[in-house]
Amino acid sequence: MKVTTQSFVDNAREALSDARLGEAIRFAGRGSVARRQAVVDRLPEFDALRDAARDIKTHTLQYLDVYYEQYEAKMREAGGHLHFAPTAQDACDIVLDICRKAGAKNVTKGKSMITEEIGLNAYLEAHGLNPVETDLGEYIVQIRDEGPSHIITPAIHLTPEQVAEDFRRVHTDLPADRDLSEAVTMVHEARAVLRERFLAADVGITGANFLIAETGSSVIVTNEGNGDLTQSLPRVHVVVTSIEKMVPTLEDVSVLLRVLARSATGQELSVYTTFSTGPRRENDGDGPQDYHVVVLDNGRSAMLGGEQSEMLRCIKCGACMNHCPVYQSVGGHAYGWVYPGPMGAVLDPQLLGIEAAGHLPNASTLCGRCEEICPVRIPLPRLMRNWRTEQHERGLDSARARLALVLWLALARRPRLYQAATRIAARLLALLGGKTRRLGRLPLAGGWTAHRDLPAPEGRSFHSQWRAQRDKRQ
Amino acid sequence: MSGGKSDNKARERVLGAVRRALGVRGGENARLAIVRGRLENRPRGPVPARGNLAAPGRVRLFMQMAAGADATTERVKRNEDILPAVEKFLAAHDLRHELVHGADAFIAALDWGGHKNIRRREGVARGSDEVSLTRAFAGVAETGTLVMLSGPDNPVTLNFLPFSQIAIVEAGDIAGDYETVWQRLRQHLGDGTMPRTVNWITGPSRTADIGQMLLLGAHGPARLHIIVVG
Ligand code: SF4
Repeated sequence: MKVTTQSFVDNAREALSDARLGEAIRFAGRGSVARRQAVVDRLPEFDALRDAARDIKTHTLQYLDVYYEQYEAKMREAGGHLHFAPTAQDACDIVLDICRKAGAKNVTKGKSMITEEIGLNAYLEAHGLNPVETDLGEYIVQIRDEGPSHIITPAIHLTPEQVAEDFRRVHTDLPADRDLSEAVTMVHEARAVLRERFLAADVGITGANFLIAETGSSVIVTNEGNGDLTQSLPRVHVVVTSIEKMVPTLEDVSVLLRVLARSATGQELSVYTTFSTGPRRENDGDGPQDYHVVVLDNGRSAMLGGEQSEMLRCIKCGACMNHCPVYQSVGGHAYGWVYPGPMGAVLDPQLLGIEAAGHLPNASTLCGRCEEICPVRIPLPRLMRNWRTEQHERGLDSARARLALVLWLALARRPRLYQAATRIAARLLALLGGKTRRLGRLPLAGGWTAHRDLPAPEGRSFHSQWRAQRDKRQ
Repeated sequence: MSGGKSDNKARERVLGAVRRALGVRGGENARLAIVRGRLENRPRGPVPARGNLAAPGRVRLFMQMAAGADATTERVKRNEDILPAVEKFLAAHDLRHELVHGADAFIAALDWGGHKNIRRREGVARGSDEVSLTRAFAGVAETGTLVMLSGPDNPVTLNFLPFSQIAIVEAGDIAGDYETVWQRLRQHLGDGTMPRTVNWITGPSRTADIGQMLLLGAHGPARLHIIVVG
């Protein structure tokens, strides 16, 4: 995926002036926050589960090398092949090599952020293969030649009308005047189109939410079932994942699964949770004949043991972006790479370099909502601040960011003023936003504040909530 | 890259980097012992109390949670009642009386002779199959989840290719929580051994990728009908 993290400020400004985008993101954002809260309220053990989830990940990371040795032994025993990829290029080469050895032409893909990170589709295409995304959201962004704008719901930035236009443009063997006014018609159309691809595929590539050392299994979680058709129908199943996905046991993965779906989509559990171990067994009539797992490092190992290591607990639930006022204002594409929102603001500088992604940890109000809801209790604001400190020490922060920092510090040291400022700004924003609830400029605070330190006008309810929470903490 | 030698080199590079960052050499006995201990003792995290019910309440919770995830459910008393329930489901949805199922002995033992109007095929699913009949290894009450084991008895594609899936689960196989089912699976297959796939299924397939509207039947079955027996 093309990296545009460097132009975050311009990306964000552009996003803020895109009315359709704002409508799509905010509509989705409100729904996901409410759904998560409802399902969390139904589970009294939820906070205890978050503590346990945090502890499981912390423990596993501390013994990661040993767990890999255990995992490797079990997955080989089941007939699987394990490949380590130090870099993105290594991972692409490994997958291409597997496809070539299988004589593959058609490749289906389940949703996998790691394959976005390594740019696998473009690489396979450049080498004559035909990779097709099968998660509906990923399929939509693939036919638009875009990257995903959210790690759970990749096409969240689009309205149904936009999708209808794309389907008409791409599915040219269907009648041009067909009725696509209903989303359900489009879902059925995609089901039929992709069904052909599933049945024709030689290799199926999925990600993994978890690897289990006890059993040598990989785990995927989906609602559509696409990841299962991707791995059950072709001759070869390739899992592309990253080093931090390991958990020790089936008991441990159960804890993590209990917090994952609730945080991600507000479901009690996703529809399909699939534990895959090795290739098909001797008497099996279906399932892949070969099973490969490619484990990517790409700079993650360097985080272990250091200040940013807590980020490696992330289970990619996306809740931090659903709750982030900045993400909710500018959308995922503005961040300029695969991982947007608070988790991206911490992870992207690690994977791309602070020089390239330095804007992102600054693109935050440090309001703390992400940390409050993170299922593995990652202190995201603190990790963002660590990046800011490093930027500052290395003199990498631009004059503008320095200014903003000073401004923010000035306000933060004077709680009353800070509150007054946010209150005024909130009212101003609401007023200026008017009916469209969108702003190009903010007279008092200047560009930085409008786009980055304050959410675009969401109306009063969020601001009062936000203040109420601040008050509670003070 | 995936030849043996370069694979080994890459493995050493990644695990070496991990060890350096952690400040360890690898192979320390104390660390190995901690990992081995965890894999043997398999400590449980907090298990939601909601599933901790006596049998009747557990079955009720299972059916209620499955319905909450948009599955349809019904409970029948005896094995003889299963095929009439299947027929009723097919008729209610105007489906042809045709289905595919695996080699599961429980399914084979149903009264097919008394229901000759249902045409059936034994094997894996094909793209043209409309309805599958499957048997779950277990149910989990806490989320209304079915646990399916792949293999000749219930091939994995039966869970995903057809537009409608009918799943039979015996009331006695419904557990309160996931941990109980893992323990049963270990007894069934041996410690640390898994079939090619274990599928947890909670309701029918769905997507919200177009305009955030929740729609059923994205790639997998749009209908999941669960028949609880006993
Ligand atoms: S940082 Fe936390 S909330 Fe954000 S995606 Fe990762 S696990 Fe979810």
